[in-house]
Amino acid sequence: MYQFNYQKAGSQDDAVSALSSAEDGKFLAGGMTLIPTLKQRLAQPSDLVDLSGINDMVGIQDGGDSITIGAMTRHVDVANSDVVGSKIPALQHLASHIGDPQVRNRGTIGGSIANNDPAADYPAAVLALNATVITNKREFAADDFFDGMFATNLEEDELITAIRFPVPEKAGYAKFPNPASRYALVGVMVAQTGGETRVSVTGAGQDGVFRASDIESALSGNWSAEAAKGVKMSDDGLNSDIHASAEYRAHLISVMASRAVDAAG
Amino acid sequence: MSATGIGASIKRVEDLRFLTGNGHYTDDINQLDQSHAWILRSPHAHAKLNSVDTSKAAAAPGVIAIFTGADMAADGVGGIPCGWQIHNKDGSPMAEPGHPALAVDKVRHVGDQVAIVIAETRDQARDAAELIAVDYAVLPAAIDMDTALSGASLVHDDAPNNRCFDWEIGDRDATEAAFAKADHVVSIDLANNRLIPNAMEPRAAISEFDRSTGRYTLHTTTQNPHVIRLLMGAFVLQIPEHKLRIVAPDVGGGFGSKIFHYAEEAILTWAAAKVHRPIKWTAERSESFMTDAHGRDHETHADLALDKDGKFLGLRVATKANVGAYLSTFGSSVPTYLYATLLAGVYATPAIYAEVQTVFTNTVPVDAYRGAGRPECTYLLERLVTKAARDLGMDPVELRQKNMIQPDQYPYQTPVALEYDCGDSPATFASALKASDYAGFEARRGAAEKNGKLRGIGISTYVEACGIAPSAVAGALGARAGLYESAQVRVHPTGSVTVYTGTHSHGQGHETTFAQLVSESFGIPADLVEVSHGDTDQVQFGMGTYGSRSLAVGGPAILKACNKVIDKAKKIAAHILEADVSDIEFADGKFTVVGTDKEMAFAEVSLAAYVPHNYPIEEIEPGLDENAFYDPLNFSFPGGAHICEVEVDPDTGHVEVIDFTAVDDVGRVVNPMIVEGQVHGGLAQGVGQAVLEGCVYDADGQLLTGSYMDYTMPRADDLPNFSVSTQGVMGASNPLEVKGVGEVGAIGSPPAVINAIIDALSPLGVTDISMPATPNKVWQAIQASSVRQAAE
Repeated sequence: MYQFNYQKAGSQDDAVSALSSAEDGKFLAGGMTLIPTLKQRLAQPSDLVDLSGINDMVGIQDGGDSITIGAMTRHVDVANSDVVGSKIPALQHLASHIGDPQVRNRGTIGGSIANNDPAADYPAAVLALNATVITNKREFAADDFFDGMFATNLEEDELITAIRFPVPEKAGYAKFPNPASRYALVGVMVAQTGGETRVSVTGAGQDGVFRASDIESALSGNWSAEAAKGVKMSDDGLNSDIHASAEYRAHLISVMASRAVDAAG
Repeated sequence: MSATGIGASIKRVEDLRFLTGNGHYTDDINQLDQSHAWILRSPHAHAKLNSVDTSKAAAAPGVIAIFTGADMAADGVGGIPCGWQIHNKDGSPMAEPGHPALAVDKVRHVGDQVAIVIAETRDQARDAAELIAVDYAVLPAAIDMDTALSGASLVHDDAPNNRCFDWEIGDRDATEAAFAKADHVVSIDLANNRLIPNAMEPRAAISEFDRSTGRYTLHTTTQNPHVIRLLMGAFVLQIPEHKLRIVAPDVGGGFGSKIFHYAEEAILTWAAAKVHRPIKWTAERSESFMTDAHGRDHETHADLALDKDGKFLGLRVATKANVGAYLSTFGSSVPTYLYATLLAGVYATPAIYAEVQTVFTNTVPVDAYRGAGRPECTYLLERLVTKAARDLGMDPVELRQKNMIQPDQYPYQTPVALEYDCGDSPATFASALKASDYAGFEARRGAAEKNGKLRGIGISTYVEACGIAPSAVAGALGARAGLYESAQVRVHPTGSVTVYTGTHSHGQGHETTFAQLVSESFGIPADLVEVSHGDTDQVQFGMGTYGSRSLAVGGPAILKACNKVIDKAKKIAAHILEADVSDIEFADGKFTVVGTDKEMAFAEVSLAAYVPHNYPIEEIEPGLDENAFYDPLNFSFPGGAHICEVEVDPDTGHVEVIDFTAVDDVGRVVNPMIVEGQVHGGLAQGVGQAVLEGCVYDADGQLLTGSYMDYTMPRADDLPNFSVSTQGVMGASNPLEVKGVGEVGAIGSPPAVINAIIDALSPLGVTDISMPATPNKVWQAIQASSVRQAAE
């Protein structure tokens, strides 16, 4: 890893001002992607601004018809949360299957969605559950937040502070892991919230997480595993690599969607 | 018989050290005034080195020195040698192009060494390495074997068509005659997938040069310190043995990949005398993927001739084997004498002919990896025999039984050089069929079908040859070294014992198993025995640990030395007990005068040996410390039967290994728990090869599986609870009656897994699946065959 300046922010304002004054600074959340990238010398930031000391970015709040999760809340805390478990069990299930115990003990929800890895789990939850991404500047609707692989509509000095998930009527998540990395080769979240059906897909798309409108249509009229499985997805725009062809990923989307519906009940 | 002797499942003495983080590995060692090295490696698979400009890097902070291939060449440093010479069909020797430790005119694989930067810190060395300006003229890469054999781009100018050798074994005419009279011929084409070893500990080394004595010391992660001393000292750096000490401390796994003499060892040792500072180097995990010798990588076509009753008449095999960019230490022996000499397998096939071409490519060298040649052979035979059963509509169990070598046929001379000394394949096969409830399989298949899963069962019956021996035979086949082993058994005055062995333990538990041999021999508790290995200044000599040789070859050396100790101790006891030595008996740790109650404990005799007040000093010397060398009569031939059951999810192509039964004949078992652990580890690697692991280079020679993000290592949740047992015919080639166990799991298991997957998919019309059987591949096979079925 190259040399960099390390700064630990005590508040959101501290973090933003530290980043603004840095030549080429980066926020450090759980570091589950950034630290390995630095170790491989694939990035050379001048400064890392560590967010782990900002207390008001951690925690899970029950808002009745929604749950708000602080951006620096670790995956393990979401996985162990009774509030999440009782209101959005699919989200708890998703969090409990991210990476391995070491990753879940360090990785954060804010870090995950800000990074928008095309095979990460949380972006699928944000999109399917129609969550609101809250930053120090504004609120994003889920559909407006992600902007392609490893890209979001966040500004340089914009900091995700929390994510608000409306409580759905039903939701389910099914992941087919990459055999090597155990990231999602294809992960599908299905949800019905306020009468609306949303289906998101991670792992498969060249542009990162996306909504599978064909499956949404199929499930809107007939919420059943068979309906999801019956949708023949196009392989346009899907990834093809040594682990899976685009055709195979397209097939897996329907299969995982049907399993997610089963899980949702 | 001792409670901690042969046959006791005592806990490994190594475990406390390893499980509590108290191992002492190379990277744990720091020398006074040590410097740090970074190796600059080629990003290209094949390129001409126009120039290497180190001037800017040399001025970087902390840099002590930078050396390139030109510097080593100017010093007359030799190339990295190959340890086994193979001859072509026409009798000419194999192509053996030079292998400079640091590249001189060309780089030949991604990761090839270009320069070493030595600095005060590792980060400074790495920073400086980024400032080295290398002018590469990129050349077309030869990656797959067929492209390489076309000779369009030559890895080495002196190896036409990139062929290393074209070798044959067996009787071609007899085999052709067998095919001419055959009722059936069954053919198969298959690949044995290339694997990346992935020892837990990456390679590392620390070199030192003492200018006041002219002595070099190299701590290195090797499986065979004396072999490294011999190869590097004699062939590369011209340092005589007494001025070169090699130490292999705790080593965190090898699986073959740490047998070989690697360029970094020579570069560091040479450079230590240039900078007069100790130099430390530890590979990054990425470097391990890129530069540790890989395993397997065969492509084979084979034909089996059968008569109308299914009796095997002949076997014809043509194999292409990738040796990578350079011949690694044993790269030439693995696809020849460790592979094709086993093509009889467990079967009495009367005529066999095999030809093997080896191919240079712009990939990292390929060499021995757990099993080394025998997994490739077993995979071929057991896939082919299973295919024969299916094609001819015969039962795969009966077809095997009909053709197996019977117990009364041993010693059995195969048509491909080896003579199997003993074995009983029908017996282990019968036990495995019973243990796996083979007969009840169809009910389990039916139950799986109700859950939407395709269940299949697969068989592999195998024999392997390990503990290569005797030295004279190995030498006649081209080995450039002997393959004996040495031991020293030093009894201390109070009766405790230190054993020095020339083998090396890097996870196998030798410190326990070898102590049990001494415990058995001397009738003392195993915890009075310490086993020392790995330091050429302590151990007289040794050939190291690979090819499941340590117990079969190193064990008898220890036994011989123990017997020498007992012989001497009897003389001491006879003197003190005032009896004739022929009347002294040794049992249960006591020397007794036959027919009397006069006795001396082992420790009383050892004390007398070192405090020789009442001692036969005119007849024997004081002390109780004996050496032995042991060269076995033959290889040892473990074997057995593996039966695997899988379930395939037809919606996703995911394969779950549900059950795995292994019945292995490893001869006498010294520590059953360690044997079970060795089999478990081998099975994990075999299942890994079958369904998970596969090295992929792209057409330009970039390693696509260069990290755990893309290379699938087997994990606990990929594996079932194994059912393993041993059933031995006592080994006939060594006095301990042991056979090797370290590799059997990896040798026997892959075809059992693949045969099970094909069996599961056979109702859909699938007849072939290659390793690794990834979900993507299995799903595509299902699609292709469903499509075909629909079309029909």
